[in-house]
Amino acid sequence: MKLLRTAILSAAMVSAGAAYGQQTVKIGVLNDMAGTYADLAGPGSVIAARMAIEDLGDLTKGWKFEVVGADHQNKPDIGSNVVRQWIDVDKVDVIVDVPTSSVALAVNEIVKEKNKAFLVSGAAASDLTGPRCSPNTVHWTYDTWALANGTGNAIVKTGGDSWFFLTADYAFGHALERDTMAVVNKNGGKVVGSVRHPFPGQDFSSFLLQAQASKAKIIGLANAGADTTNAIKQAAEFGITQKGQNLAGLLVFLTDIHGLGLKTAQGLIFTEAWYWDMNDANRAFAKRFAAANRGVHPSMVHAGVYSSVQHYVKSVIALKSATDGKAVIDHMKANKTKDALFGEGEIRKDGRKIHPMYLFEVKKPEESKGPWDYYKLRATIPANEAFRPLADGKCPLVSG
Amino acid sequence: MEINLPALFGQLLIGLINGSFYALLSLGLAVIFGMLNIINFAHGAQYMMGAFVAYFLLQFAGLNYWWALIVAPVIVGGVGILIERSLLQWLYKLDHLYGLLLTFGLALIIQGLFRHQYGSSGLPYQIPPQLTGVRDLGFTFLPNYRAWVVVFSLVVCFGTWYMIEKTRLGAYLRAATENPTLVRAFGINVPRMITLTYGFGVALAALAGVMAAPIYAVNPTMGADIIIVVFAVVVIGGMGSIMGAIVTGFGLGVVEGLTKYFFPEASNTVIFVIMVIVLVTRPAGLFGRAA
Repeated sequence: MKLLRTAILSAAMVSAGAAYGQQTVKIGVLNDMAGTYADLAGPGSVIAARMAIEDLGDLTKGWKFEVVGADHQNKPDIGSNVVRQWIDVDKVDVIVDVPTSSVALAVNEIVKEKNKAFLVSGAAASDLTGPRCSPNTVHWTYDTWALANGTGNAIVKTGGDSWFFLTADYAFGHALERDTMAVVNKNGGKVVGSVRHPFPGQDFSSFLLQAQASKAKIIGLANAGADTTNAIKQAAEFGITQKGQNLAGLLVFLTDIHGLGLKTAQGLIFTEAWYWDMNDANRAFAKRFAAANRGVHPSMVHAGVYSSVQHYVKSVIALKSATDGKAVIDHMKANKTKDALFGEGEIRKDGRKIHPMYLFEVKKPEESKGPWDYYKLRATIPANEAFRPLADGKCPLVSG
Repeated sequence: MEINLPALFGQLLIGLINGSFYALLSLGLAVIFGMLNIINFAHGAQYMMGAFVAYFLLQFAGLNYWWALIVAPVIVGGVGILIERSLLQWLYKLDHLYGLLLTFGLALIIQGLFRHQYGSSGLPYQIPPQLTGVRDLGFTFLPNYRAWVVVFSLVVCFGTWYMIEKTRLGAYLRAATENPTLVRAFGINVPRMITLTYGFGVALAALAGVMAAPIYAVNPTMGADIIIVVFAVVVIGGMGSIMGAIVTGFGLGVVEGLTKYFFPEASNTVIFVIMVIVLVTRPAGLFGRAA
């Protein structure tokens, strides 16, 4: 008995010693690991988070940053359960990525309640920095307002002034539709109709026929992932674009274009926050990333995970603690961001990370040098115009 | 809501097209359940494999869509035969549940392997050049490819029905499910017939997969997305009833199409609502014979 007690005591002392010498911070990457959003986020986001820490090199000396990943299957209840367990049992300090806005909005509440930190890269709903903003959340990569502003503006100004929306029937689709409608109306265009399809969908021909019958010049796809690729593929099949109507992909990722093939996707215009082939730093990152991710090149979501994790880690090290999530987020907001992929930027009071957005066009097959060479830059939307003005968001943190 | 007749006809037509996929897939399920008493949950994965094999054939062997229509079902059907010989044949005497669990597990494994290898965002596959283009029917536009899908799946469905219900081979098959021992006494190799039937059912799934490849995204979850609906179709039609599967497949496609027009938000659930009503009023399904 005495022996046992000694053993337990010494074991406890050893582990206490380890904890004293080296602080452990746990980073939980939560996203769709196997479903429709798994390529644009998924296991790639775990890889990006690990690379982010690796690249900080000596800065993390004396610290242990551990990255764990989990699948939320695009379901808010599953995502909430994972996050509660991560925080309560596994002592995870920060939740990262979380595409699928319905899940992100649920996680947003839990993280605030538990005073941890939440770095959003994959989710789009601009509500995360609007009415639902939280002192524990940073929305890094993009949002529905920025997408609507970039793509909607460009299209209305080139004559696409009547719109019909094909909208994924959940939080993200609704937000994207709402934000794009606002842009269309503001620029003097009009919205002639919309239809909400179940998420995820498979056959969009019924909805496309309704869009066709509406005679709108532009069919806005307020959806993402396989929903968008299926809709684009089937629109081509129904000859919708040949008949003079145009598609606006409101949220399109590199991996979607890869799945569609340039023949079907060429000419599509959309807004993104990051593309791998824009400068040397991005290309170097993409090369390492692809090598670890069976050749698949990074999407803007992966890049956002990388950058947001780096900025978070810097703040944790500066504060010497990750326990108080709000304090870390406050520190992140108080200090300018700087990293290899997004350059210099800042985080606003409402949690919105500010950087330029880019309007891209998909290359024609003959313009592409090979797989993953898909975009050409049409326009850069400067950082101060890319996101919703602070005052318009109805975020309680701003109005006080 | 005002009803726009041309648009309504358009939706009916679309429903018929989607119904042809439901019919083809539920036909394979009905054949396998009717003859083998196995609830083949791997059917969606086998449908997905059909689409992927079509892609591989084009990419690595240069075989176009028309070849894929023949070759992909043969290859995937062959895989099905291997599965039947190595795993399923040991389960016939046990409860349905065992077959269901085994095939469900297989489906997860197959999907996982494809996802690991090819990712979730899918692979491109074009409509064959002979079938591109759109026909203006006055009330709606019908892509030539979709017209082909409807006609071809009707032919396959009724060909299968005829073979099982009206030919001598079909009679053997049906007799073998009723009383295998007696049929064996007539010198017929029942186990081989069962094996080939499973292979045939799987080949039907793969055929549907090839036909889906040009219009739906070819990705590892394409089967998982559709299989639940197809099971509802089979249950509504009556488990194991060939004609039931065909008629319900097309019929529910049309119902779903109409729902997409009148109340799109419910289009995912309408089939299950019908399933509940049918199960409560006619537990054996619309075309099923009560046990």
